Amino acid sequence: MLKRIVMQAGNPLWLMAAAALWMAACAAQAALPIQHWISASGARVYFVESHGLPMLDINVDFDAGGRRVPADRAGLGGLTQSLIKAGSTAHSEEEIGRRIADVGAQLGGEVDRDRAGVSLRTLSSERERVQAVAAFAEILQKPAFPEAAFAREKARLADAVRENEARPDAVADKAFYRLLYGAHPYALAPEAETVARIERADVENFYRANYVASRAVLTIIGDADRTLAARIAEQLTAGLPRASQAPPALPPVIQPAKQTLRIESPASQSHILIGLPAIARGDPDYFPLLVGNYALGGGGFVSRLYLEVREKRGYAYSVYSYFLPLAQEGPLEIGLQTKKQQSEEALARVRAVLDEFLAGGPSAAEIKAAKQNLVGGFALRIDSNRKLLQQVALIGFYQLPLTWLDDFAGRVDKVSAAEIRAAFARRVRPEHLVTVIVGSGEK
Amino acid sequence: MKIRMFRCLLVLAAALAANAAGAQSGVREQTLANGLRVIVKEDHRAPTVAHMVWYRAGSMDEVSGTSGVAHALEHMMFKGTRNVKSGEFSRRIAAAGGRENAFTNRDYTAYFQQVPKAALPLMLQLEADRMSNLLVTESEFSREIKVVMEERRLRTEDKPHALVAEALNADAFFAHPYRRPVIGWMDDLLNMNYLDARSWYARWYAPNNAFVVVVGDVNADEVFALAKKYYGPIEAKALPERKPQLEPEQRGVRRLVVKAPAELPYLLMGWKCPVLRDADKDWQPYALEVLVGVLDGNESARLNQALVRDSRLASEVGAGYDATARGPGMCFLEGTPSQGKSAADLEAGLRAELARLVRDGVTETELARVKAQLVASQVFKRDSIFGQAMEIGQYESAGLSYRDIDRALERVKAVSAEQVRAVALQYFADDRLTVAVLDPQPLDQAPRRPAAQATAH
Repeated sequence: MLKRIVMQAGNPLWLMAAAALWMAACAAQAALPIQHWISASGARVYFVESHGLPMLDINVDFDAGGRRVPADRAGLGGLTQSLIKAGSTAHSEEEIGRRIADVGAQLGGEVDRDRAGVSLRTLSSERERVQAVAAFAEILQKPAFPEAAFAREKARLADAVRENEARPDAVADKAFYRLLYGAHPYALAPEAETVARIERADVENFYRANYVASRAVLTIIGDADRTLAARIAEQLTAGLPRASQAPPALPPVIQPAKQTLRIESPASQSHILIGLPAIARGDPDYFPLLVGNYALGGGGFVSRLYLEVREKRGYAYSVYSYFLPLAQEGPLEIGLQTKKQQSEEALARVRAVLDEFLAGGPSAAEIKAAKQNLVGGFALRIDSNRKLLQQVALIGFYQLPLTWLDDFAGRVDKVSAAEIRAAFARRVRPEHLVTVIVGSGEK
Repeated sequence: MKIRMFRCLLVLAAALAANAAGAQSGVREQTLANGLRVIVKEDHRAPTVAHMVWYRAGSMDEVSGTSGVAHALEHMMFKGTRNVKSGEFSRRIAAAGGRENAFTNRDYTAYFQQVPKAALPLMLQLEADRMSNLLVTESEFSREIKVVMEERRLRTEDKPHALVAEALNADAFFAHPYRRPVIGWMDDLLNMNYLDARSWYARWYAPNNAFVVVVGDVNADEVFALAKKYYGPIEAKALPERKPQLEPEQRGVRRLVVKAPAELPYLLMGWKCPVLRDADKDWQPYALEVLVGVLDGNESARLNQALVRDSRLASEVGAGYDATARGPGMCFLEGTPSQGKSAADLEAGLRAELARLVRDGVTETELARVKAQLVASQVFKRDSIFGQAMEIGQYESAGLSYRDIDRALERVKAVSAEQVRAVALQYFADDRLTVAVLDPQPLDQAPRRPAAQATAH
């Protein structure tokens, strides 16, 4: 969360990250004609035609995120996705890199608990587009997973796992998901031992089992017409592995017992997370929770948590709450960082705010303010191709209605105080709330 | 409430024409009688607007003992004015559907809102109000400075790489105020009071020390009229004298070590480099931009290829340079050595890459690749209204003009391989270099596993 940021001069990586963030933050679209079809190979395609700028964004998501990884190989999902970019059977990693760079294109992609995505941003002019899309098609469908690149990326992942053990935020995040999800794969995060166990064959097998055409979701936004988009969709998916079987069913998410975990840390601040598994994508409780959470801790500088924890008491720079819907019940997460010596007082204050909110729900004025912001500011959710790509990819992956963005404001507007209270009562039961404190003031 | 349908914007001729003529060709500006410059760039792709107010007052304008006051005042700017009570500013912007924030850097302090276009007049009204009517009270300040200290703990104290960068800056500059961290030293924050913030505001917050940038779905003439209405009545102030505080010449390499709890070492190397002062006459900053692009600007850039992929000396590596700044510039190389390698190994590897560059120069293919990135990035950046406003603000705050943005692009495209070699030779020299290394310390008594089992509360 960005809150009144100070730019730390002299840290180039940080500056680059900030620049990327700003770039990611804005510009262009309309009530959304999302075109949708199924490619010959069975991939779901979502396309928004927009000729405002001579550029094209393409994202391919697979049901190949953390939840598909065996528990003893945690880290395999991220490793596979990163190795997709490490060259094809026809061209080395270096050659692919050059072909992408020579036309000014950019590769990207993210992995989370549900999704593994690879994305391409390119100019839409023919020479550039043709070369960039061809390279993209190659790595998606004919990744070579070279031995050297595998060894390197595995070592880098092991380094990152180690480094995360010294980062209080990363330690807190890992412990939080472990307690929330127990035996469910959403609990998994890479560990030194699980990474050490991964072999190159695991990567190949994971790719073949999960990067399959029938479970691919392709999102295309930008300067192309339907014919071209369809051609690109075929080019990118025709050669993907075919599913030999349906993915294994996942266990249900079980609500954890209420508990508090304290982990020691040498950091000056305590990192505190509170939450529970709350809501799946597509659940109708999403809108009441969205509106209610704006009042609780989602609404930037105006939420209860912000006012009570930061404004009135100066306990924290960042304090927030959000719901993250996943394929199965994703978490409610409430978070803050505060100096160790006052962590108990700050935690008590957060719990009091939450208790009061759960007991009484938001006031009429808070609901009105939430709707004003969420409805009034809707345009800011889709005012750039980048943002639109993210939204449409979400709609595609979770198979939300194609009118989801068009309906958004209306759905928000219809939410009532009673619905918010009821949704919170159903989804946020205090007897299941988990608290993680990394860097406790108590010894 | 009812949503309005957005205008369909699958139109392009105008956008493409503007592109051909240079991205800044559609920018217009006016200066109000009180000295406030207003810069407007119309972009009609979406019904939203970015509104920014930039003050030419950053941490480099601070004096010792009150480091961080520019940033502390930035926080206080949300705490109420004679007309708008504390918290009301943010509530009104949120109710208008907007997002807002602010940021402080060495050269400036900037405030922004991203809003649906109908809310723009309210933004000007609110920003104009806090340009001259701010109240800085003792009780608000005493709470907010705690927030700032938490911010410092979060962003610096507990972030080993940030500690390294902070230490490198303090060591690289003996005299120039860039030596002080933007967020301020912790002891200065502990001893700061509301009068420090109040006097900062009184000195630097004036229309003649600010400029406004508006980008988005607006009509420039309407924005100028709004600006005149809201910002026009604010009186100009006599501004304090700014001393140059030039950095004396460095005499030899500087080295330092930072110890902090961490798992992996980290290396940061900074060379004093020139920045852009005259977009027409200078050429070195453009060559440095290309140099950094060759090292770390694209999918096949040299450092990643050589040090992460080939020799596997590093697990992460990067290069950075910002050509626009009010003060002196620096080029950075940084990296995390891979398991079993030391910071010294990585430094040797980075130096070998620099030596190769000086010896063999860069290839025409590499040059073409960096320039292809540049051409594409000119299109990509226009996907973001906010990014465009940021770019204008960065140039203006560095004492350049938004007009220089397109000129700089043309100049970068004209950089030759020989120029890249020349700046590598001239500026990546030991007498300009400061090297900072993170020496990771054990996490102490903190075991990697939970100290206690979960307990019910």
